[in-house]
Amino acid sequence: MNRIGVFVCHCGINIAGVVDIEAVKKAVASYPGVAFARDYTYMCSEPGQDLFRKACTSGEVDGIVVASCSPRLHEATFRHTAAEAGFNPYRVEIANIREQCTWVNSVDPQGATAKAIDIIQSLVERTRRDESLVESTIPVTKKALVIGAGIAGMMTALNITGSGYKVYLLDREPSIGGRMAQLSETFPTLDCAQCIFTPRMVEVGQNRDISLRTYCEVEEISGYVGNFTVKIRHKAAYVDWNKCTGCGMCTEKCPTKVKSEFNMLLDDRKAIYTPFPQAVPNKVIIDAENCLYFRKGRCRICEKTCSLGAVDFEQKDWFEDLEVGAIVVATGFDLYDKENIEEYRLGYSEDVIDGITFERLLSASGPTQGRLIRPSDGRVPEEIVFIACVGSRDPENHFPYCSRVCCMYTAKHAALYKHRVPQGQAYVFYMDIRSAGKNYEEFVQRAVEEDEIMYIRGRVSRMYRDDGKIVVVGADTLSGTTVEVRADMVVLAMAIRPARGLEELVKKLKIQTDANGFLAEAHPKLRPVETLSQGIFITGCAQSPKDIQDTVAQSGAAAAKVVELLSKEQLTHEPIVAFVDEEICSGCGQCEGQCTFDAIELVQRRGNPAMGIPDRTVAKVNEILCQGCGACIVTCPSGAMNQKNFRLEQVYSMIESFI
Amino acid sequence: MKIQLSRQALLSELREQVRDLSEQNLLACYQCGKCSAGCPSIEAMDVMPSQIIRWVQLGQIEKALKSKTIWLCAACQTCKVRCPRGVDLARIMEALRQLVLRENLHYVHPNMISKEDLEELPQIALVANFRKFTP
Amino acid sequence: MSVLELSYMPGCTLKTKAKNFETTTLRLLELLDVQAEELPDWYCCGTTYSLASDNVINQLGPIRTLVKAKESGREELLVLCSMCYNTLRRAQELVRSDEEKRSKINEFMYDEETDFSGDEVRVVHLLTLLKEEIGFEALKQKLLKDAGDLKVAAYYGCMLLRPREIAVDPVPEHPSILEDLFAACGVESVYFPFRTECCGSYQTVNEKQVVISRTRAITESAVKNGADLIVTSCPLCYYNLDAYQPKVAEATPGFRRIPVMYVSQILALLAGLEETQDFNLHVVDPRPVLREKGLIGKDAVAAGEGE
Repeated sequence: MNRIGVFVCHCGINIAGVVDIEAVKKAVASYPGVAFARDYTYMCSEPGQDLFRKACTSGEVDGIVVASCSPRLHEATFRHTAAEAGFNPYRVEIANIREQCTWVNSVDPQGATAKAIDIIQSLVERTRRDESLVESTIPVTKKALVIGAGIAGMMTALNITGSGYKVYLLDREPSIGGRMAQLSETFPTLDCAQCIFTPRMVEVGQNRDISLRTYCEVEEISGYVGNFTVKIRHKAAYVDWNKCTGCGMCTEKCPTKVKSEFNMLLDDRKAIYTPFPQAVPNKVIIDAENCLYFRKGRCRICEKTCSLGAVDFEQKDWFEDLEVGAIVVATGFDLYDKENIEEYRLGYSEDVIDGITFERLLSASGPTQGRLIRPSDGRVPEEIVFIACVGSRDPENHFPYCSRVCCMYTAKHAALYKHRVPQGQAYVFYMDIRSAGKNYEEFVQRAVEEDEIMYIRGRVSRMYRDDGKIVVVGADTLSGTTVEVRADMVVLAMAIRPARGLEELVKKLKIQTDANGFLAEAHPKLRPVETLSQGIFITGCAQSPKDIQDTVAQSGAAAAKVVELLSKEQLTHEPIVAFVDEEICSGCGQCEGQCTFDAIELVQRRGNPAMGIPDRTVAKVNEILCQGCGACIVTCPSGAMNQKNFRLEQVYSMIESFI
Repeated sequence: MKIQLSRQALLSELREQVRDLSEQNLLACYQCGKCSAGCPSIEAMDVMPSQIIRWVQLGQIEKALKSKTIWLCAACQTCKVRCPRGVDLARIMEALRQLVLRENLHYVHPNMISKEDLEELPQIALVANFRKFTP
Repeated sequence: MSVLELSYMPGCTLKTKAKNFETTTLRLLELLDVQAEELPDWYCCGTTYSLASDNVINQLGPIRTLVKAKESGREELLVLCSMCYNTLRRAQELVRSDEEKRSKINEFMYDEETDFSGDEVRVVHLLTLLKEEIGFEALKQKLLKDAGDLKVAAYYGCMLLRPREIAVDPVPEHPSILEDLFAACGVESVYFPFRTECCGSYQTVNEKQVVISRTRAITESAVKNGADLIVTSCPLCYYNLDAYQPKVAEATPGFRRIPVMYVSQILALLAGLEETQDFNLHVVDPRPVLREKGLIGKDAVAAGEGE
């Protein structure tokens, strides 16, 4: 016969100020199965916990109901205390008589008292039927996978290995580096991006605990927190990277020229190439779409040139399974395509470019060796227009959000232009200046005052070409006029978008994106690097547009969460999961279809022909993957599916106690 | 140039009328100026179209009504099509004109038009003009 | 080949000042086996579309015309004038989406035989008809003449493209339907940056400076980009761009005039239908250019002239 102990918490005046505690205690104490009903002002406090602990160790009860606030607040507290006292924590239940009673019925104390009694009694019925459950434990694979090897992924990997764990660092490009490798200088210090970045790239390349997986893509992911299996595809480079030394002879001899993606199509690369000189790993790949051999069966000069025999036209994609305990998604960003801005299209020419293209023009290792010239005719632009917020802050036609970094990089671009073309004039069409970081505001003011950049407060309505110039038509709301500039060059600060391919990747990972396509964090304020899927973390621009400082900071946070996970010997999993009564289960499989966590599978049970028991199919629950959502239980037509300590008969008993 | 602001001043009856007639969310405009930059009549206007809506936001309808701007609008809809916040400025202009015209005032009176013009102008011009500028 | 039948509504100006537009279009449609039946009863569309939220009475003109179109039993109503198109489409959309206004309007029109819910008639502009139902290729079959090196500047104006919901081209800020039409007919068009910019519209009555300034910008841009003539689909744009050129010339030394014609006029000429044109209706005479490019004979005269 189960004996249940009941504690009624006053919660200060939150509960005691509405219900009659004495009346509640009296009614509950005389309810069948109740061993005692005690009260206290604050059960969650130390003295309250003491009382609770004494009941746990006294041996006078098999189960405890704490009538108090919502279980979301202190169920974990009480269960923890119980476990420490040697009392099974899953025989402790919370009766919510605050949020669900006194807080909503405060105008009717009599009614609230009666309701509180009802609630407590129903919980008594439930707790009487609770079983002692034990948490399952899962081992943890002490390795992590970071998807994306830009600054975000690189810093995350370095931080994780700093704590002693191994990391696979994956990128779909042949080299690590991402967008930062394309930058010329960084704000607000105007440090040369390559100078601060390439040492880090080398560090990553040389770190023994980081296994690079570049030119790879994620194919499939299975498993769960602590135990992921990630199948990756190594894309065929048609070059044996074990032999290639990156000497570059093949590239020199290759006859085929292709527009360079790294240099934003401003100049050419070869069909066999490394994306940029400082690539890590420093290996070449063959672009099969443009290679003369793949297209027409001719050439093969690279093969002949390579003294190490590294070229291998027969190479195929191959697959590898990575076993990891945690995954970090750091896939970065792309810029919104300027073709989407219809009203500007009439002005487009080679001289209307986006921010990254401008960075390549500025870069000393770029297509023009840092000479700021017009892509169309090589002349130096004397009048240059920068337009902010293109596609951002535009809920009607494009994206509602602010892309955060454009105010700063536009000021940087305009200032760098003026440093190189002192006789030129730069204009910036802006709506607001968002320069909230350290030294940012000062940087912008210097650009305005010292570099004499004309900031015009208003958007650009349209642009068109006239006599080799681009006529930009905008407004200056501060002076109340519209302005027209006949520009030699226009740089558009396009909206920051998550990198292409993220949609497909999140489906494989089973994580969410937000309304704008960026990775969804578990809580906007308090959990910025976690997702709602345990073991998968996010960082960088894939989560939201941000600058390098914030990316590095966020990557440190993501690494800390990974280390937190990997440092555990094992992970525990709540045991309030679904279970199958195989005697009743007919193997219909409806539950399997319902489960969004892939926790149910159908299995064969051998029968016993001699006893007339046939072979059967039944459902089986993977207790580690099961999240206890209950969808399968509701779906099951025969009632074979149930939930531990939330069984259907427990729920019925609660309902019956009300009637 | 100073105006006295208070909740009363902002929620004036005239402002509510403009809101009702135009069915626009007046506060959605963040004064980016794209409408003004695209306006075909801008060179003749005394006040920019985006400034008209600013006057309305500040509850200063009288000032907006005194401008030449609302009468220079050609209803070309360029402002509405380009607005990043979906504000239909053409309807706000119409609402302001209506506030004047509904006092039975003519901005253009048929008697004002010369005989030569009446003969020369295509009907479509007169129909459209009277639609916009007469009560 | 089955005959395509639709209702047709000319609007106020097409019978008089914009007669060229109607005569050339109707002859072209005949050639293309399209039967455009003028509605026996139609109303001035009351352009421009009324924007005030409570101005329901101004919707009656266009809606009544749509009711007549519905009563004709034909599903489609052809309009040529851009402003009629804009007003009819938007009035129709209002009735379709706003139940309260729809019932008010239907109640008021108690004299009409039928109620109108907005779905019964499809308002089709000439360009949409040519592109989607006749097809530019079919049009090309009927053309007899070569345009040579004629360059046209396709001027869209506002009413065909704004607001987006009624635009005749899927990219209203950067349209190509007219250029595609001309390309299919073997005529070269020039892109000029003022092709979707407003001509000044009804400001032509009392604020002529605005129209002078707009006409100057539009025509100068077309000329600068190499156009021989401008084509349009709106009687008001036509008037502003054509009749104002002398005024612009007065104020602008070195101003080069450029003839303005309706879309259908060019197409009719290419189809050899010279007799449909009344060149007297033009202020800037297009005949010199047309003669030079071989689109009209050396002795071409205006209809009714010199006989």
